[in-house]
Amino acid sequence: MSASLAGVPPRPHPGTPRPYHFPAVHRHTLPNGVTVAVVPMPRLPIVTAMVYVDAGANADPVGEEGLALLTASSLTEGIVGCEGTQLVERFEQLGTVASVWADWEGSYARLTVLKEKVAPALELLAEVLRAPTFPVREVERLRDQRLAGLTQQLAEPRGLADERFDAFLYAPTMRYARPVRGMQETVPRLTREGVAAFHARHYGPSTTMLVLVGDLTPETGAQLATTAFGGWSHAAVRGPAVHDMAAASERRIVLVDKPDAPQSELRVGHVGVPRLHPDYLAIVVMNGLLGGFFSSRINLNLREKHAFTYGASSSFEWRRAAGPFTVGTAVKTEVTGRALEEILKEIDAMRAAPPSASELALAADYLAGVFPLRFESTAAVAGTVAMAESLGVPEDFYSTYRERVCALTVDEVYAAARTHLHPDRLLVLAVGDTTAVAPMLDGMGIGPVTRVAAEFDPTEGR
Amino acid sequence: MQISIETYTLPNGLRVVLSEDHATPIVAVNLWYHVGSANEREGRTGFAHLFEHMLFQGSAQVATNEHFELIQRAGGTLNGSTWLDRTNYYEILPSHQLEIALWLEADRMARLLPAMTQEKLDTQRDVVKNERRWSVDNQPYGTWWERLPALCFPPDHPFHHSLIGSMEDLTEASLEDVAAFFRTYYTPDNAVLTIAGDFDSIEARQLVERHFGEIPRGTGRPALPDMSLPPTFGGRRREVVEDAVVAPRLFLAFRIPPAGDDAWYAVYLLSAVLGSGEACRLETTLVRDQAIATSANAYTYDLTKGSDLLVIDVTARPGVDPSALEAAVEGEVDRMITEGVGEAECRRALALLETAWVAELQSAGSRADALSKFATYHDDPTLLNAELARYAAVSAEEVTVAARRYLVAENRATLLYVPQVPQVVEVAA
Repeated sequence: MSASLAGVPPRPHPGTPRPYHFPAVHRHTLPNGVTVAVVPMPRLPIVTAMVYVDAGANADPVGEEGLALLTASSLTEGIVGCEGTQLVERFEQLGTVASVWADWEGSYARLTVLKEKVAPALELLAEVLRAPTFPVREVERLRDQRLAGLTQQLAEPRGLADERFDAFLYAPTMRYARPVRGMQETVPRLTREGVAAFHARHYGPSTTMLVLVGDLTPETGAQLATTAFGGWSHAAVRGPAVHDMAAASERRIVLVDKPDAPQSELRVGHVGVPRLHPDYLAIVVMNGLLGGFFSSRINLNLREKHAFTYGASSSFEWRRAAGPFTVGTAVKTEVTGRALEEILKEIDAMRAAPPSASELALAADYLAGVFPLRFESTAAVAGTVAMAESLGVPEDFYSTYRERVCALTVDEVYAAARTHLHPDRLLVLAVGDTTAVAPMLDGMGIGPVTRVAAEFDPTEGR
Repeated sequence: MQISIETYTLPNGLRVVLSEDHATPIVAVNLWYHVGSANEREGRTGFAHLFEHMLFQGSAQVATNEHFELIQRAGGTLNGSTWLDRTNYYEILPSHQLEIALWLEADRMARLLPAMTQEKLDTQRDVVKNERRWSVDNQPYGTWWERLPALCFPPDHPFHHSLIGSMEDLTEASLEDVAAFFRTYYTPDNAVLTIAGDFDSIEARQLVERHFGEIPRGTGRPALPDMSLPPTFGGRRREVVEDAVVAPRLFLAFRIPPAGDDAWYAVYLLSAVLGSGEACRLETTLVRDQAIATSANAYTYDLTKGSDLLVIDVTARPGVDPSALEAAVEGEVDRMITEGVGEAECRRALALLETAWVAELQSAGSRADALSKFATYHDDPTLLNAELARYAAVSAEEVTVAARRYLVAENRATLLYVPQVPQVVEVAA
């Protein structure tokens, strides 16, 4: 069908690429130890300010999982003389919302504001990081809301599948086996005192990085940083090292029961690799062809060839220690077995033969081409600079990314599949109608099958 | 803040919008067809959206799935979406790849039908059925997407029926339907083409002429029926749904003037005072002070034909009595009417809107989509540059007047989700 039609313009060729450079990052350290990164992006009159504190869910005490996130969420609940809605109102009258959250590596606060209001917004942001009052009523309210969310999750198959996959994947004593936000068993134990103690232990100038991105110069950024954070003095410690031991080294199936569900939420995978692994880029490209974007093997097979699903993808989650490698999809209940078979086939095929040069080029050109699209906004650039810091990504990573992706060879990508995909260790987890699904998996020879109720969490009472 | 906007119309009726900006080497191509689920015929609910899927199945010079592959090979992203009264398609890619996107869009606008087969239709039908299971049937509260419009618009109104469609109607869709829909609605005179980002305007005009200039004009889009409705519901409406959820959730909808009308801007600010940001009234009262809800929002549907909807959407904590939730939300709405709205809360809402507006326009894809929207709905993309001023011109008194006109009891439609009676779950060993 690619033959040209009479009188119709033929398929065009690309023009000459115009240069793209990741925005320059100007780094310095304040005398008190706060790391500052200023990234001028002067196109529109806005600035994003983002703070990263080197203590995330990895730093949660055993039995108090969810504490880092509750601490971050409580930052904007009070400063001296201004609590609850009043404090939120002060941010919003400046036209901004201070978002606060934690992930595995760190705790974060971020706001985007019109340039003319950046100074007062940044001072307010610094105040909530330096001296939050953690009003007991608000902390307990946020804790109870989190508990409500955990209860609601039991009825929400997608999120339930994600969390239960990690719970069955990692050894029960590993932090990664329990979600960042905590669980039914641990969240009720979180207190205002625990939150204040986590803050006192981990939040300080030496563990903090401030990223300013937008319509400002490096000099203006430095002045703003000094005014807002220069007077902060407090000794703090970073979060601990983290480990990633798997729960098992053989294949197994877990079926989480949701009676009468019209679809099965499927997750298939194993423990992956840490972010700083030397094969990182080869793995990213390999995963690209396997299931990293629409034209990848798994999506074309499950969606466009078999119509089992609305979409299917694979991903490596990048953390300091090894995050999960997961194939994820939602398929009509009746085809759960056949869909699983196709997923297993695609993982095997990736290891059975090298990709063609054309297929490799598709993934590499896609990843290199969309790279600038990821950095159009000040918030996206700020998030990337903070993430790079949290994971220890080298400073030149973003300026050399596109060249290095395009330089990868078929052999390197094939080697990544051989080395980092482990079909013999797969955990298969399905949230769905297990009465209908279980018989389909009998005789597939995948491994032992465990059936559990939605409420069952294997890390509870460990 | 102003963005550059040029606009013109080809002899075949295609409206073209160009917005040059060379800050980054990115270009967005965005096409809006003025057709959506409102244009579906009886017994074909979901067809406009199913048809959108078919547009990615190739055309005369493009093989199955090649549309996605060519754009991804070019280093771009792409997608499409279907709404009640429009369908959009876009590609965002490195700027030197502009022409491949125009070529692909033109090939399917001009020559889709030679590539259509029963097999492709059957495949996409099943994909869409899975999309329905994923987003509606197997998702807590998922049916609100179709229940709320059904409750708020009369049965013969084009916005009444389901956008994603019923399984039965999806099963009935045929290749003849594909051909008829394509010939009727996918014509240059029923579309807006926007290019935003890093391109040269003279060059872009030549490319547009080259790829779209020869596509024949359509025979004219059949008019939608009269969509005007009385200014309020004229009475209370109420539907209670038992669902597989653990917490009650209330949608409270109000009929309001169509988006873009002078009167609409005050209603928009009213929705923001109620439910945008974290210091809004619903969050302050229901989530913080009374602590009966875990989330509380208010928003408008932004419908430009006939009338629009303002929707309050509050999820209770598990265990909260649904009628207590209802009473608390209605209490807040009543308070808006009795006490009116203050200057400070309007300033807060406007300040949030201004920042979000600038932040959104950073992306070429967002600029292109906004321009296509203004060109499609209001026939003038330059209105985008005047839009913020229309919100800023609204006074607190006008917001109070809007509250007293549109939040009244006889203009409320309640869609209340309540947990099903618990079932016994059997667990096998």
